[in-house]
Amino acid sequence: MTLSRLLRCAGVSTAIHRFYPVSVGNQQFVFWIMASTACFVIVSRNDIPIYEAEVGSVLKKEEAAHLHQFILHAALDIVQDLAWTTSAILMLLHDSRNEDGIKSFFQDVHELYLKILLNPLYLPGSRITSSHFDTKVRALARKYL
Amino acid sequence: MIGVGKAKQYANVLDKPLSRGRQEVSLSAFAFLFSELVQYNQTQVDNIAELERRLEDAGYAVGARVLELLCHREKGNRRETRLLGILSFIHSTVWKVLFGKVVYLITFCIWKDNLYQKRYVADSLEKGTEHEDEYMISEKELLVNHMGAFNCGAFVAGIVRGVLDSAGFPAVVTAHFVPIEGQQRPRTTILIKFAEEVLRREARLG
Repeated sequence: MTLSRLLRCAGVSTAIHRFYPVSVGNQQFVFWIMASTACFVIVSRNDIPIYEAEVGSVLKKEEAAHLHQFILHAALDIVQDLAWTTSAILMLLHDSRNEDGIKSFFQDVHELYLKILLNPLYLPGSRITSSHFDTKVRALARKYL
Repeated sequence: MIGVGKAKQYANVLDKPLSRGRQEVSLSAFAFLFSELVQYNQTQVDNIAELERRLEDAGYAVGARVLELLCHREKGNRRETRLLGILSFIHSTVWKVLFGKVVYLITFCIWKDNLYQKRYVADSLEKGTEHEDEYMISEKELLVNHMGAFNCGAFVAGIVRGVLDSAGFPAVVTAHFVPIEGQQRPRTTILIKFAEEVLRREARLG
């Protein structure tokens, strides 16, 4: 079931322009663009988000939180269904506009994530709190999107 | 200053490129670090089992990171989804990067089929005869066992468990001494026992 059909069934009227769940090894990176807000989440195993970033103006505060959760879990379900059938680390499920930018964005963020992971004092699966990481992700988002 | 090239200093580790690095680390440096690790843990525990468990946990942290790093560096961001794939990844790529050794042989001496038979070399990957979900990596001279009276193979077992767990193949990994006649030092065997769900998924994927 595609995401747009799911959302229509749930009666959600917000237009989702583009939507990219990506599975990278042990973690899943999910990214979607809604109206003027772009939201990027890194989720570890057991579906715990370890990093979130929103780029662009945020329109409605209270609804947005629930919507984010909903989209996130729908994306993860789709990814998990497909995860074991392919040996690729990067899976993009979206309409094919602007593919290269998104792919490079994810590859660069994956490299950043690897550098965080190599820190022996970082517990894999815990929240990423480094402000430098945050800055770099936003810079990459501006560069590729 | 003539001829002095200063390496570019990076303010933050995130800016530094994820390079291949110098491929080798000096054995004495590693021996020192590892012996300190073992000694520190010895002061914290009361018995050997607890010590082995701690070494395994230390190895687990290494394994998780090694998997991601090697997938990125060596395999161009492709990951293993099948059991045999991840096992051969461990005993070739991981072993080569960590210990500088290459495994030449896979022998399946089991009740079902005989898959490969090649020239026998010191290190091998075998499937255990009793249970379908058990595999063994056996090593004549395990690097970490050069030091210490008891089984530091727990560290390597931890590394293997870290790699398997992070790849999505939960398993119980233990290290055992297996005495062989004709050799004074027993060879170390790493026994890998996969969880139920792994076998079920393998069967489902065909």
